[in-house]
Amino acid sequence: MNKLYERLSPTVSQLPPSGIRRFFDLASEMEDIISLGVGEPDFVTPWRVREACVYALERGYTTYTSNRGLPELRTAIANYLQRFSLEYDPSQELMVTVGGSEAIDIALRTLLCPGDEVLIPEPAYVSYYPCATLAGGVPVAVTTLAKDDFKLTPKNLREKITAKSKVLVLCYPNNPTGAVMRQEELSQIAEIVLEHDLFVISDEIYAELTYGTHHASIAALKGMKERTVLVSGMSKAFAMTGWRIGYAAAPLEILQEMLKIHQYTIMCAPIMGQMAAVEALKNGEQDKERMIEDYDQRRRLIVQGLRSIGLSCHEPQGAFYAFPDITSTGLSSQDFAQGLLRHAKVAVVPGDAFGQSGQGYVRCSYATSVEQIEHAIERIGKYVASLQ
Amino acid sequence: MDQKKKMAILHLLHEDAHRSIDTLSVMVGEPKEQVTEAIADLEKSGVIVRYGAVVNWDKADSSRVTAVIDVKVTPQRELGFDAIAERIYRFKEVVSVALMSGSYDLQVIVEGRKIQEVAQFVSEKLSTIENVTSTTTQFRLKTYKFDGVIFDDHEGDQRLVVAP
Repeated sequence: MNKLYERLSPTVSQLPPSGIRRFFDLASEMEDIISLGVGEPDFVTPWRVREACVYALERGYTTYTSNRGLPELRTAIANYLQRFSLEYDPSQELMVTVGGSEAIDIALRTLLCPGDEVLIPEPAYVSYYPCATLAGGVPVAVTTLAKDDFKLTPKNLREKITAKSKVLVLCYPNNPTGAVMRQEELSQIAEIVLEHDLFVISDEIYAELTYGTHHASIAALKGMKERTVLVSGMSKAFAMTGWRIGYAAAPLEILQEMLKIHQYTIMCAPIMGQMAAVEALKNGEQDKERMIEDYDQRRRLIVQGLRSIGLSCHEPQGAFYAFPDITSTGLSSQDFAQGLLRHAKVAVVPGDAFGQSGQGYVRCSYATSVEQIEHAIERIGKYVASLQ
Repeated sequence: MDQKKKMAILHLLHEDAHRSIDTLSVMVGEPKEQVTEAIADLEKSGVIVRYGAVVNWDKADSSRVTAVIDVKVTPQRELGFDAIAERIYRFKEVVSVALMSGSYDLQVIVEGRKIQEVAQFVSEKLSTIENVTSTTTQFRLKTYKFDGVIFDDHEGDQRLVVAP
């Protein structure tokens, strides 16, 4: 019988399990936990959006949609993207996916040939590595450092480029570091991309969540749209994680290839979620502005709090994560996070779950209430003091 | 301090008046002295009127009834509605008075310990005020949401404890 299972795909069996999963199992068994470990908004989807879904169901919208997604939604997305100086034709250059995750997967599968190298700035969101591997590519980490505010620097990128490099994955604002890249910084990266004829997958799911600065998309820079797959979705900016509505924007030549995979594997994103997304994009601006202001206030609170208990923490300028340095405690990320959970009942995510470059850090999500953040800081402070 | 920051302080205090100057200062990104000064200004100018708690009285076991009364009045020359409103809001039973657009003029909210007490107030005090032409009294049966707060919110946090 064992021999039977030995024949399962080695590509899959050799994939390491998610570093978050083990931690999740541990945290789930405990009570009275304050969680700073959640990578999703603590806001419930605004009622007007939920109500649009209910209304869609009442009217009997339960069918497939076009593979690309509802035309009305694609038009709303195209209009929305104009705020980042992006122009996409909703009939040919946009598709609705099941979350941004699907878009990342099919973009990699479309762009990669076996052995092609995928440059991934690290610490990185957990899916890029496995998705690149599953698509036959070879993930290559490009370390980003706290001293550079975890931005991708031209020097670090150049060091990792080889003749096999084909795709650069960007994720700014960044999960887990909260780093953002300004337009002038992206321009330097774009120059290297053009020089080496690379493709870019730009995961901009946190685009709306920047503080004191406006999001810049690499796809808006000269010569970049034709080689970039922009990935985003409704999850973070509109508090719609569970709806699984994402999208990809790319030139027709790339998008029509991605669409084939989507057609055969997914068919379409759920229609009721798409209809809710139309409502969010058309009328959700006010809800979003309030959320962003709230996040910004909590961001200041958590960074100041972490610093006040002796942990060094760079200033995150986007997303909803702080990424404090815990090396002063002498513990590894895993040991710190497990000890914190056991002794102080605060859940954070060990930094090495986002790649080896995350060692020495933990990710603290501030998508939780002010009161919870204050209590968590108090508990973390006591735990850190107990380690001295 | 700019108006946007002042509004942020107001919202934060409106949400939770217990918040300390230290917390507010960090959250809005302004020095403590300036936050203290801004709050003092807001208090002095009457923007911040009082610090209170949102109470779900239905749960507090206190016997009290609340009536929302639509009042029609004849406005007075030179004084408009203000003089009549003042005559009404001076009664301690009256907890709020607002001038409304639409089919009636003043919305008056009255609290009492028993229905009879409120009924007596309406018939003997409110409706007999000069220039009050009619009153329509509605008793509040249950409060679901007040001042932006849902009482008995069952939604809670449904998220997983740890997620990527």
